[in-house]
This record gives sequence, C-alpha cells and structure tokens, in this order.
Amino acid sequence: MSSILNSIDLQFILGSLIKTAVFWICIMIVVAYTVYAERRVLAVIQNRLGPNRVGWQGLLQPFADLIKFIFKEDIIPLAVNKALYLIAPVVVLVPAMMVLIVYPFGPRNVPLPGGEVLSNMLNNLGNSLGYDWALDLTHIDLFVSNFNVGLLYIFALTGLGVYGIVIAGWASNSKYSLMGGLRSSAQMISYELALSLSVVAVLIPAGTLDLVKIVEMQGGAWFGIIPKWNILALFPAGLIAFVVYLISAIAETNRVPFDLPEAETELVAGFHTEYSALKFALFFMGEYVNMTTVSVLATTLFLGGWQGPFVGTYPWLGLVWFVGKVFFFLFLYIWLRGTLPRFRYDQLMNFGWKILLPAALVNIVIAAILGVLFL
Amino acid sequence: METIHLLFLAIAALAVVSAFNIILQRNPIYSAIGLIIVLCCLAGLFLTLYAQFIAAIQIIVYAGAIMVLFVFVIMLLNVREEESRTDRQKYLKFLAAPLFLALLAEVAVVIRYVNMPAPAIEDPNTAVDPSQSLGTVESIAHVMFTDFVLPFEATSVLILMAIVGAMYLARRDSGEGAEKIEHALAIEAAQAPVETHDDAGH
Repeated sequence: MSSILNSIDLQFILGSLIKTAVFWICIMIVVAYTVYAERRVLAVIQNRLGPNRVGWQGLLQPFADLIKFIFKEDIIPLAVNKALYLIAPVVVLVPAMMVLIVYPFGPRNVPLPGGEVLSNMLNNLGNSLGYDWALDLTHIDLFVSNFNVGLLYIFALTGLGVYGIVIAGWASNSKYSLMGGLRSSAQMISYELALSLSVVAVLIPAGTLDLVKIVEMQGGAWFGIIPKWNILALFPAGLIAFVVYLISAIAETNRVPFDLPEAETELVAGFHTEYSALKFALFFMGEYVNMTTVSVLATTLFLGGWQGPFVGTYPWLGLVWFVGKVFFFLFLYIWLRGTLPRFRYDQLMNFGWKILLPAALVNIVIAAILGVLFL
Repeated sequence: METIHLLFLAIAALAVVSAFNIILQRNPIYSAIGLIIVLCCLAGLFLTLYAQFIAAIQIIVYAGAIMVLFVFVIMLLNVREEESRTDRQKYLKFLAAPLFLALLAEVAVVIRYVNMPAPAIEDPNTAVDPSQSLGTVESIAHVMFTDFVLPFEATSVLILMAIVGAMYLARRDSGEGAEKIEHALAIEAAQAPVETHDDAGH
C-alpha cells in the first residue's frame, strides 16, 4: 500500500483536483447565468423585458429556477424503460463536463498570490504527519492538463454525448421522443464530421493537437497590430474553417437555427418530452455546457484563446481575455436564437452533408497547399 | 502493487463484467450498451499502455460512430428480446467450456513467457520531441507517412471500395418511382371524364 502512496505525484494530483473543482464551479456559474442572459437578451431583441424581479435586475433568477426544478413533481411514466430512462440525462451531462480539464484558461507558470504561504502550510502539515511533501505552489498553470491529444479527447467526449440523447428518446417509449431523439442524434453525428474536418485547416499551421500549445502559438502580432490568431492564418483557409466550424457547432449543440429536434411546435419537446423536474434540468444544463465547450474550442482554435494585449506582463489578464472571447461566442448563440428562423429537417441534413462537408474538405486542401507554400 | 496495477485491475474487471453482460442480456439494447462500455474500458487500457492517440481514436471511431449505428439500427428496427427457444445443437454447450479454458491457458502462457520492456515514463512538461515519444500523434504520423505509407494508401482505397459498394447497395431507382407515379396519374386523368359524365346524367 505504501508503494501506491509513494508512486502518487502529490503536487500533480492536489493541483489538478483543486483546479478542476474551481473550474467546475466557474463553469456551473457560467451555465446558470448563460440561461439568464439568454432570457434577458432574447427579451431585448423581442422588445420586451426579461426576468427582472428576482433580485436586482433578476440576477437571482437562476437560483429561483434551480429551486423550482428541485421541488417540481418528478413524474416517471409507467411504460418507460426505467434503467435507461434514468441514466440518459447523466450520459448527456457527464461527458460534457469532463471536457473542461483541457480548456486552456490562461498561460503556464502564472505566479499565484499567496502561493508561498500555502506551500509552507501544507509542507509543515505533511512533515507533522511524517511525510515529506515537497509542494511548490508559488506558480500554477492556468489549465488542468495539456494532453498531447487534447483536441481528439474533446471530439471523443462530444461523440459519447450523443448516446444520452438516443437513449433518452428510445427509453421514453413515446412517438415524439423517439422521433426527436433519432433526429437529434442523426443531426449531431452528421455535423460532427464537418466540425472535425473544419478544424484540420487550423491544425496545419499549428502542427499539434495540444490545445495549450495551439494557444501559445497564436501569440504576437504581424506589423504590431494584427494578432496572429488562427482565424487569419493561411488566409483564407482559416476564415473558411472558422465559418464552417461555427455553423457546425451550432448544429452540433441543437441550437437555433438547427433546433428542429427540440422545437415545440413540431415535436412537443423532442427527446426530453417525458422528462420532468430535475432530469430535465440535467438535459438543459448539458445543452448549455455543450454550448460552452464549443465556444471555448472556437476561441482556443480560432481567436487565440487567452492571448491578448499585455498578457506578457500581467499573466492573469489572459484569463480576462479568454472569458471575454467565450462570452462573445455565447452572446452570438443567443443573438442567433433571437434572429433566425428554423431550418426544416431535410434542409438541415442536406446542408450538413452536401454543403458543409465538401466545404470543409476543400478547405483542407486549400490549407494544405497554402501551408506547403508559406510555412 | 502500484497505482497503475490497481487501475488496470479496475478497468479490466469492468470490461469483463460488461462483456459477460453482452451475451447474458436478452434485450439487445442492453447488449449494445455493454459493448460500448467494453470499448471505453479498452480505451482506458490503451491509456495505461501510453497509447493516447489509439485510446482517443478508439472512442471517436468505434464507440462514437460504429456503436451509434448499431444502436440506431436496434432502435429503428425495434428489435425485441429473444424468446427462449429449445436448443437444436445441445452438444455445443459441452464443447464451449473446455475450448474457453484452452483459450485462457494460451493467454496465460503468452503473458507469462513474453517479456516486453515497460516503456519509460516521461514528464510531459519537459521539452521532449513529441515525434520520438511513445504513443503521441506526432510519432504515429511520422511512422505512418514514412515507413508505412503503402499500407496507409492501400487502406484508403479499401475504404473507398466499401463506400462505393454501400452506395450501390443502398441506391433507390428513382427513375422507376417517378414513372409509376406518372402512370397512375395518367390512368386517373383518363377515368375522370367518365365519372363526371355519370354525375351529370343523374
């Protein structure tokens, strides 16, 4: 047993656990307030006020919603396949949340204020217990881990998230749910292709799948003004890749204008028709966590992640730039929801297979040719 | 007994239990879910062997695309639970157990007598050339496009053959369908004047 304890790298595990907990809490807050922001922004677009009663300007609305979801009656229809019905929301939510360990929130080796005091406290605690922990918390990396295959990890987990929707639709044992579930998952796996292929065009200048290194390569600026973001790399391949990525991401997360599988007028509520109270809240959260994931991926791959002015001198400013860019994409999602009408399902599938997929493939060829010529 | 051995035991136990689940469940959906869990456990085992790229690709391709297709088919065709039938070939049951034990014995012999060196553990933060590390994307890509480029290109031709074959098998003869509809409409148009004549007669 002691050999197990000796083979654990305590600094790595402790740091990772604390960072994961902190980032997870932040993501949960972002998701809750994205729901609130969506209601307010949609209201402004539709020329009305959103929820502004609970707390100042309605800022406590997410908590009110949470309490409502917890106290709602939990209805389980008689004819459902109970085991699969109950596990489907979990299968949607858990892979979506597992992705956050590869988000590059900020640079490496950022000085942590109070790090020395913390290290001394913990090392003294270790010594008093008889262990020799040589913890050094003066500098931390503002990401949990930098896998060599970080991007593939994200695609793998979004692929696993499809199962939750298929299983939810089937286990609910109702026509609307089955149709909604099958349509939604067919749409997701179709647009996953265009999503993954569009990203290849920015991987050519980057040369790595490691998200941390991709962001680090987007530092600096041409002529001092134009930032070296991947959206402008190998022009116009990066721009086309960005457009294809954005459209695929919106389709992947089942948002307007691609939200036919959960449209109220067509399919009652699609695959989550038979879900009430907290289980529905889990689906809802899963959808918004997926939105956050693709927004983070868009900023990391195309808009330079945490890079921005003055990040060299003030490393914590990277966090501010990162959060600002992610919020811009989330606002874009909400803006599109308030503005565009919905695609019909056959138009949607046509678009994904016959237009976006060839565009992504041609873009790879263009990026490869430009890469050979200019890199 | 290091952490990695405990991890291997946990993941392998889950894989074996799920594999038994595949064959012991009557409802085909549960079998499909068992197969998905087995594939994810295999990806975890690849990770313990430092094969990160293969682990990610296993989940993306096998568990994330092929199994989704399996699950779609089971759901769309509404495959039901099997009714228990009488065994036609009863002697197979008695053949299965000894053969399985023989297979286990072979696996045990291979594990006992093959000595593969454990790969060196490296700190990912030190600046090591990724194309020389074990299991990284760069190292696999480097080998795939230099030493193994012929099998790679041959595999792409194989996949192209499969795609063309699938498209041919799944085609609908749209010409026939349109002609049938036009034919039916023509018949109905020819019959219409006769009917109105009868109505006017009344």
